[in-house]
Amino acid sequence: MSAALLPLPDESSAPFWDGCVRGQLLVQTCTGCGRRRMPPRPMCPACTSLAHSWIPSSGHGRIWSFVVPHPPLLPAFTDLAPYPVVVVELIEDPMIRFVGNLVTWPEGEINEVDPTTIAIGQRVHVVFAAPVEDGNGPPMAIPRWIRD
Amino acid sequence: MPTPLLQDATAIVGIGTTEWSKSAEDSEMVLALRAIRAALDDAGILPSEVDGLSSYSLESTEEIEIARNLGLGDIGYFGRVHYGGGAGCGVVGQASMAVATGVCNVAVAWRSRKRGSAASRPWAGVSQRVGGNPQWSRPFGLVRPVDEIAMLTRRYCHEFGATREDLCAVAMAVRAHANLNPAAQMFAKEMTRDSYFAARMVSEPLCLFDNCLETDGAAAVVIVAADRAADRPSPPAWIHSWAQSLPAQHQTMTNYFCDDPLRGPAWSCAEQLWDRSSVGPGDVDVAQLYDAFSPLVLLSLEGYGLCGRGEAAAFVAERGIGPGGGLPVNTSGGGMSEAYIHGFNLVVEAVRQVRGTSTSQTPDATWSLVTSGEGVPTGALLLRGGDR
Repeated sequence: MSAALLPLPDESSAPFWDGCVRGQLLVQTCTGCGRRRMPPRPMCPACTSLAHSWIPSSGHGRIWSFVVPHPPLLPAFTDLAPYPVVVVELIEDPMIRFVGNLVTWPEGEINEVDPTTIAIGQRVHVVFAAPVEDGNGPPMAIPRWIRD
Repeated sequence: MPTPLLQDATAIVGIGTTEWSKSAEDSEMVLALRAIRAALDDAGILPSEVDGLSSYSLESTEEIEIARNLGLGDIGYFGRVHYGGGAGCGVVGQASMAVATGVCNVAVAWRSRKRGSAASRPWAGVSQRVGGNPQWSRPFGLVRPVDEIAMLTRRYCHEFGATREDLCAVAMAVRAHANLNPAAQMFAKEMTRDSYFAARMVSEPLCLFDNCLETDGAAAVVIVAADRAADRPSPPAWIHSWAQSLPAQHQTMTNYFCDDPLRGPAWSCAEQLWDRSSVGPGDVDVAQLYDAFSPLVLLSLEGYGLCGRGEAAAFVAERGIGPGGGLPVNTSGGGMSEAYIHGFNLVVEAVRQVRGTSTSQTPDATWSLVTSGEGVPTGALLLRGGDR
């Protein structure tokens, strides 16, 4: 894959991104009440517990929605446009959603899936490309999705 | 039920704008000064009488500079509201609250913005790594506001059966209003169904004409208490009720992580707004609905109860929101066809409607609704014409 725009982990998100480097899609889960939350944050909004763990998800989801951006875009994306971007909801908890890209193999480009073949509700599963070096910090991997 | 404390306690008595352009020579400061000066002249109030200032947290013109340039008096209230295009009605509402409670007597609310040049677009400055909330979307190429709203739009169409034809109907209605407004950036440019569908895609399913304009300009309003409102040069636009809302579990713009993303901040804002009003959504004569993107008009029609959930497209088609429609919307041309000043020109136009001075005037407009951005923490104002 091309070197894209990588995330800048913070205290709350670092375990998620570390999981991606290890090939795991982790979901922050409250130790107090068991409720999952995404995006990650320090406190559980259901029970105000600060205790949480990171539980591997099934990695299986469904397309909740998608868009196809066209230029003008940031330089990192201009040459790849138009490309689809999806929101995926997890099978085991549809309230847990991720923005992501569709590919046909882990190292694929984000524009390799024909947008006209995409539909809301299609089943997908997560994959991870090899961690990317961008010279701005440690190597990062981001989750990507392949249709089942 | 007792009358809510702030109902009709204040009024907008002055409005002012600069001209709208793609590339103004004036700085944002000079644009702000021109708009505020025009609003004070319109109100018949001297700059030295102003003691309250309210604006957006994104506003670049600072209170101290505004006050020192215009020769304002001692300022006793100054405040700002967050969340970009969601701020506008809260900016006016908070100023109104300060006036109603006696914290200040004459409040000015304003927004000045130079957005016409491509270099000024905030998302264009992103480089290297992205932190904060954008870390969950931008690394995947969801980089601009239009991409973020297009995601909700596709889902909306999926759930409620709306199509690009319905977005086209919104864009054309708003453009038809602009074609009556000589000050609108799109005054001389007509939009047809053919030209809409010929426009380039920006973020599918949204095309160029589903997007707001890029505008340099400024707008301002003057707010005073009821006892000072009646003897102004123009009829007062009473602030009958107002509301802000940052709903539970909301995330600004990429609001995909809550239970029901299509039930956005407009819904909870509307509950507050109508609770504090003596009338309901069915009484609204004319509406200015924040339209950074055409689908926000559909979402706002539903959120504020102007039609039922999922029925906005049918409402636009059957009742009509263009000139002469059953509920005229964005009668100056709105953000898509008059000017995009983060929604503050919508506030000015809502006042014109109760004054009877709009270029696309709704006959006998008494109840004039204006809303701020949907998809972000937002606000709304219900203005009323006539005697107090």
